[in-house]
Amino acid sequence: MTATIPVVHHQRAAIDRKQAVAGIFVMLGLVDIFVFGFLADKGDAVFTFTLNGAAVSVPNLSLPPGPVSEGLGALSIVLGLLYAGLKLAKLSRRLVATGVMLAFIVSFLCWSDAGRIPLPFVSLMQTTMLASIPLVLGALSGCLCERSGVINIAIEGQLLLGAFAGAVIASAFGSIWLGLVTGSLAGGLLGALLAVFAIRYLVDQIILGVVLNVFASGLTGYLYDQALVPYENRLNSPPTFNSIKIPVLGDIPIIGPILFDSTIFLYITYAAVALVHIGLFKTRWGLRVRAVGEHPTAADTVGIRVLFTRYRNVILGGLVAGIGGASLTIGSVGSFGKDISSGQGYIALAAMIFGRWTPLGATGAALLFGFSVALANVLGTIGCPIPSDFLLMLPYVATIIAVAGFVGRSQAPKADGQPYVKS
Amino acid sequence: MSENPTGPGGNGPAHTADPVQEPSGVEDLPDGTGQEAAKAAQPNVASSLLNAVLEGNSAVVTFLAIVTAIVIGGLLIAFSSPTVLHAWSHLFSAPGAAFSQAWDVAASAFSAMFEGAIFNPHTIAAAFHGGSIAAIFNPLSETAVNATPLILSGLAVALAFRAGLFNIGATGQFIGGAFIAGWIGFAVHMPMILHVVVAVIGGFVGGSITGGFVGYMKARTGAHEVIVTIMLNYVMEFLLLFLLGLAVFRAPGLPNPVSPPVASNATLPHLAGANLRINAGFLVALAAAVAVTWLLNRTTVGFELRTVGANPNAARAAGMSPERTWVVVMLICGGLAGLAGASVILGTDFALTPQIYGTYGIDAITVALLGRAKPGGVVLAALLYGSLNAGGVTMQGLTQIPVDITTVIQALIVLFVAAPPLVREIFRLRPRRAGEEGQLLAKGWSS
Repeated sequence: MTATIPVVHHQRAAIDRKQAVAGIFVMLGLVDIFVFGFLADKGDAVFTFTLNGAAVSVPNLSLPPGPVSEGLGALSIVLGLLYAGLKLAKLSRRLVATGVMLAFIVSFLCWSDAGRIPLPFVSLMQTTMLASIPLVLGALSGCLCERSGVINIAIEGQLLLGAFAGAVIASAFGSIWLGLVTGSLAGGLLGALLAVFAIRYLVDQIILGVVLNVFASGLTGYLYDQALVPYENRLNSPPTFNSIKIPVLGDIPIIGPILFDSTIFLYITYAAVALVHIGLFKTRWGLRVRAVGEHPTAADTVGIRVLFTRYRNVILGGLVAGIGGASLTIGSVGSFGKDISSGQGYIALAAMIFGRWTPLGATGAALLFGFSVALANVLGTIGCPIPSDFLLMLPYVATIIAVAGFVGRSQAPKADGQPYVKS
Repeated sequence: MSENPTGPGGNGPAHTADPVQEPSGVEDLPDGTGQEAAKAAQPNVASSLLNAVLEGNSAVVTFLAIVTAIVIGGLLIAFSSPTVLHAWSHLFSAPGAAFSQAWDVAASAFSAMFEGAIFNPHTIAAAFHGGSIAAIFNPLSETAVNATPLILSGLAVALAFRAGLFNIGATGQFIGGAFIAGWIGFAVHMPMILHVVVAVIGGFVGGSITGGFVGYMKARTGAHEVIVTIMLNYVMEFLLLFLLGLAVFRAPGLPNPVSPPVASNATLPHLAGANLRINAGFLVALAAAVAVTWLLNRTTVGFELRTVGANPNAARAAGMSPERTWVVVMLICGGLAGLAGASVILGTDFALTPQIYGTYGIDAITVALLGRAKPGGVVLAALLYGSLNAGGVTMQGLTQIPVDITTVIQALIVLFVAAPPLVREIFRLRPRRAGEEGQLLAKGWSS
């Protein structure tokens, strides 16, 4: 009896899910048409693509919001119906989802900018990339840990310690590279704490992550008041990294300034995404890590060192998140402030879940969340009627919808969060 | 747990907690036997969860964990103070100075903390010279005031633990409760006693809606409550920020997004005169602890709750509905956290601000864990944390040592409490039988 019930339940849920997704697509299309299309203010939405002082100037794009939104909405509805009616391959399903999402974003942008000052597309995307760096690195940290079977809620704390150590060391020794390395090590240190308590002392990993975040917040807050405020010039005035423009690629209009003209952190992030993805899914190393995360007993039986793998991955994750933390201080504003990570570790966690525990999915989700943060900034300046609070809420709402609808129960690595005790 | 308050947390908590400690002690027996039965039935992850939480001889470990955390906190204070670091630079010319400086700084910090949380000898001397009697009890009053929201939100987390759920969302539920309670407080006009009662109930309802949503999502879609609660915390924070920006909820004429103050009819009455901040919220919190004890041990809902917590599959086989239990539990837990919000808005803060939720929701998790998810334990743990918070403020005022050190100490306490083998290793205690402890609430995303 117990064997049949879950199966039936599962099949029904799968059918429901497909229809629910199609329903969401159609609904987004309707919103495109009836909200963004019909209710748009008079006047065109203008997007600028050229930064001041760029060598090649790209003409502004001027779109009439009504027709554009209605057209994109109709397209979304058609795609939604196709999605419900046809049996699509995995790739086509993703393309459909991406298309509907893009249509929604474009019609939203048209609606919000209609009749207002032009929307600076390039600087919007630059802010997106900047905001996404700690999210992507944090989410990668989550992937590394959780694929080996250790839940990492301590991303927030790793970011915070990385930001703190990066700023203080870069300021005290005047070496920004030393700051970067120390920031990474500080994240790794918290990762090591997580590993020891989770793996050796079998502490519940969800609680552990929350407590370590409190610990990091208390520790950095204490040291900030005790040392960084009185000795601000010596300890909390770090230099920051300059942008590095990649020779040829950086001169491409639109794409160049967004992707190839940034600080070292963006390039580290590219490398990290590629390395983690290839490492986890294309190498023997990754196969072993995933085996440990899915079925540690089986992995142990074939001679993989389960505990060692977990220690290594959790610490590795901490090192990666530490770099993300350092980007918050020496990568942008410079000085450290209390709780500077402000919940970004939790957004990174959300991105990892949204991306179904895969590096590429997590990166996509982190970019989307970074975009919503950047958009909240930009829409404030162009005078959009949508309150920025709702845009800032978006990553969290999206994640709740995702875990309720798309991600479901079975996506996490099977042994994620369960300590391994050899019997 | 009884050794617990003998730490610097002090004698005060032991006094105030006695009435609640009694019932939980009396009811230990039936609880324990029910536990035994559940263990015999289902020896798996979930039962080891309750097993570890209700670990019998955990008092010693808890006490040692508190001591260790306070010692580490003291070391951190001593070695981050500029004067002490200066003294260390003369270690070889004046070795005594370095150690005595380090001791002095840490000792003055903790004695200031004690004065702020339990008892300040100066106030007695002052009372003889015409000072106020109330000042003598001010530290204890502050401890109780700080403990009130921690008891309530701690119960919200502890009760969920007992049903096998992680309620990381006390922050969001707190906001829901504080908002409704505050709104009833400043926007509605009602006669004296009725107003505060309605506002407190409003707080429960506000938290209940937020918590119930989580339970419903888990029951209906299988969404993991940890993820939903974490995300909902941030949604509620931004929602609060947005609502306070609206003209309806905003005090006119102020530059900051702050609500109008609650009407005097809606404030929780003071218990010991207007000079002491201790208010009826503390009684509400103690009553809630008693009510949760009763719910857990004397009602059908409580029995189902514990059974589902021990093993949802066994509960289902016995004809219970885990889904229904999750919703009910989260409604109650959310309500308790909402009461915490009401106690703050109606008892101490009186106006909604964007930061009203403070760190209560996160502290609640540590309180519930330290209290081993038992109502009586939660009260004691909340009193300890309340005394640390109250004392921390005084310490910062007297010695300029940042109050954040209390956060560090609190996190360390829980870290050690959660890892009994570590404490045993530090103090060279005899290791216990395998599998008896250490597997504290261990489960993953997929359960």
